[in-house]
Amino acid sequence: MSTAVVTGIGVAAPNGLGTGHYWAATLGAHSGIRPVSRFDASGYPARLAGEVPGFVAQEHLPSRLLPQTDHLTRLTLYAARAALDDAGINPGDLAEYEMGVVTASSAGGFEFGQRELQNLWSKGSRYVSAYQSFAWFYAVNTGQISIRHGMRGPSGVLVSDQAGGLDAVAQARRQIRRGSGLIVSGAVDGSICPWGWVAQLASGRLSDSDDPRRAYLPFDADARGHVPGEGGAILIVEDAEVASRRRARVYGELAGYAATFDPRPDTGREPGLRRAIELALADAGARPAEVDVVFADAAAVPELDRQEAAAITAVFGPSGVPVTAPKTMTGRLYSGAAPLDLAAALLCMRDGLIPPTTNVTPDPGYRLDLVTGEPRPAQVRTALVLARGEGGFNSAVVLRHAI
Amino acid sequence: MRRRVAITGMGVIAPGGVGAKEFWTLLTEGRTATRRISFFDPSPFRSQVAAEVDFDPVAAGLTPAEVARMDRAAQFAVVATREAVADSGIELSERDPARVGVTVGTAVGATMGLEREYRTVSDDGQRYLVDHERAVPHLYQYLVPSSFAVDVAHAVGAEGPATVVSTGCTSGLDSVGYAVELIRERSADIMIAGSTDAPISPITLACFDAIKATTPRNDDAEHASRPFDISRDGFVLGEGAAMFVLEDLDHARRRDAHIYAEIAGFGSRCNAFHMTGLRPDGREMAEAIRVALAEAGLAGDDVDYINAHGSGTKQNDRHETAAFKRSLGGNAYRCPVSSIKSMVGHSLGAIGSIEIAASALAIEHDVVPPTANLHRPDPECDLDYVPLTARPWRTDTVLTVGSGFGGFQSAMVLTRPGRS
Repeated sequence: MSTAVVTGIGVAAPNGLGTGHYWAATLGAHSGIRPVSRFDASGYPARLAGEVPGFVAQEHLPSRLLPQTDHLTRLTLYAARAALDDAGINPGDLAEYEMGVVTASSAGGFEFGQRELQNLWSKGSRYVSAYQSFAWFYAVNTGQISIRHGMRGPSGVLVSDQAGGLDAVAQARRQIRRGSGLIVSGAVDGSICPWGWVAQLASGRLSDSDDPRRAYLPFDADARGHVPGEGGAILIVEDAEVASRRRARVYGELAGYAATFDPRPDTGREPGLRRAIELALADAGARPAEVDVVFADAAAVPELDRQEAAAITAVFGPSGVPVTAPKTMTGRLYSGAAPLDLAAALLCMRDGLIPPTTNVTPDPGYRLDLVTGEPRPAQVRTALVLARGEGGFNSAVVLRHAI
Repeated sequence: MRRRVAITGMGVIAPGGVGAKEFWTLLTEGRTATRRISFFDPSPFRSQVAAEVDFDPVAAGLTPAEVARMDRAAQFAVVATREAVADSGIELSERDPARVGVTVGTAVGATMGLEREYRTVSDDGQRYLVDHERAVPHLYQYLVPSSFAVDVAHAVGAEGPATVVSTGCTSGLDSVGYAVELIRERSADIMIAGSTDAPISPITLACFDAIKATTPRNDDAEHASRPFDISRDGFVLGEGAAMFVLEDLDHARRRDAHIYAEIAGFGSRCNAFHMTGLRPDGREMAEAIRVALAEAGLAGDDVDYINAHGSGTKQNDRHETAAFKRSLGGNAYRCPVSSIKSMVGHSLGAIGSIEIAASALAIEHDVVPPTANLHRPDPECDLDYVPLTARPWRTDTVLTVGSGFGGFQSAMVLTRPGRS
């Protein structure tokens, strides 16, 4: 079976546009969480967000794409181009059916959707954009990447709330194993508009704090929900042999994956996260002791933090593995969060530095070795990335250092 | 050895009837379920026709609390799931839940629920800063349609891999294709897979009006969906769901299950051309068909029936006619091709699974459903589209295809279970 490796990374994150800016900010513990700027959030019970800074769409997209794209699709197209450039790929040089696109989504182009709903209900059906039919739907980013780069191979879109970003990358690995040469994968996500904000508030999981340093505190006794954000990462997944033939720089291997679903809440049985971790390790042929770092889902909801800590300690033992959540600097990016964590884990392997979980004073009751404060030097050869989605989704990916 | 995957249970909610039996009766009688929209006053819209499901969720077994919480598309998915599981005869409570997975396809998610709640919190579009205090507690489940997979997983107690597949109008094929892959790679032994959509709402009408994708044949709603006919002028929006129990073929045989069909091959490609446009040559769909046949170990000549996408837009019907010729050669002219969208409309992400159900039932009954309303074929659509009446036809191998916004082209091959 062929091996799937990551050869390119493109990042659009609240604490940095571009992989270099993001990674420098993350190692420097610079947060991108600030008061919402895209609309007046002062009247809502949550007022902080992670917004991608300094993105000028006109600098990155041809003008004809502007009227037909939501903000998040523009960020996606930026990240996809950046990832291809980073991988040294010119899609025109490759066979069209050898290249595919598999992304995750959560709410589609929701800001675009709000504007058109407003046009429909305040003015009438004739005022709805001709682009509404595809600008908001969940498949938009895969379609637009495919068109922009001439990729005609097997493609897809997965939605499993925040876990979907890992499911998409795993599907990319499946397509590589089935013979594709290259899959553009990952996700850039977010719905920072009033309508998206109100829908996210309904989850009951948003932090009501106005202090960016106190608002999102996973595994802390003061955990009070999360700050939502926008952004994520696009990854170039390639067949290892193809990558090697073209002497590509390899960040790491997608070595293991598993997805599980929690038992119905009324059963009182253990959630499925531990099982996802064990299955992903088995899939990678890795023992728990080989894992050098865990990138946690880090919900910052006490019950969910407890579940996640219990799953990690059940597999690795109390404080048995370094755990981190750099998403404390970006907020939760929905389906974009886990691909960004994959990017961080790969960069962490490259540089031998585990990025910190900022602002958190770990609750000792969780018995986690949480990396806080400064980045921690460590030789990282195997990393585990976890993501959980509302309703019961658990996904886990094991990354292995490039040989 | 590579696992083979069988359909052993099916549940269908389609315009014209709830349940797989009603669905097949409608198709084989060649009746149409398209009508003037009754859910709201459609008169402001260019296209005022749809294929609506007469669906009573409480009669279908949902509790009032479930009905209040779940979007109509989620309700369809859960009711169709229960029918499929009962039909399969499988006792899921006796199975290891970790080996049971879920995939639900949808193109537009909880669009009805979202539009309804938007109207409330925005005072019908008057407020940009919408009112969070008037939002329903389950609004997040409408925001992110993976809630459909949650509802289905809870309905059957599944604890294996679960997700929503959302590739626009090929979601129904792609969801089942994804589930087949999970069984083959042994991530699950049983998959509850299919798709759902309930898009008949003002915002959906408005966005298809804006690009003239739907038919303006408002004075003749019953005959408005006219795939392959020279007079076709757009698709008719539909709604519905189909869910299946898929399992490892050996497993199904060991428990002596009724097997509708084997899913023998699947392929998906993108046209990388345009978000809504199609090139007339059908090139990428032909490639998807080639891949699906190759995976099934079959040749173009082996196809007995093509269940077409047949949406009834000018461009689609030519596009796929070209794709069939390109991929099947001479057999494209010999083998019957039909579009059930002529009867049940185009339910976006749901229709792919509904068409898989029709394809499996064609194998089961050796009957090919017709293309209704086809009186004068477009000269550019010169295949045998089975006009008006169902045809008794030995059907061992079916090709079913889908095409959608974003450029997605998918193809699936179903075969009679006895075939080795």
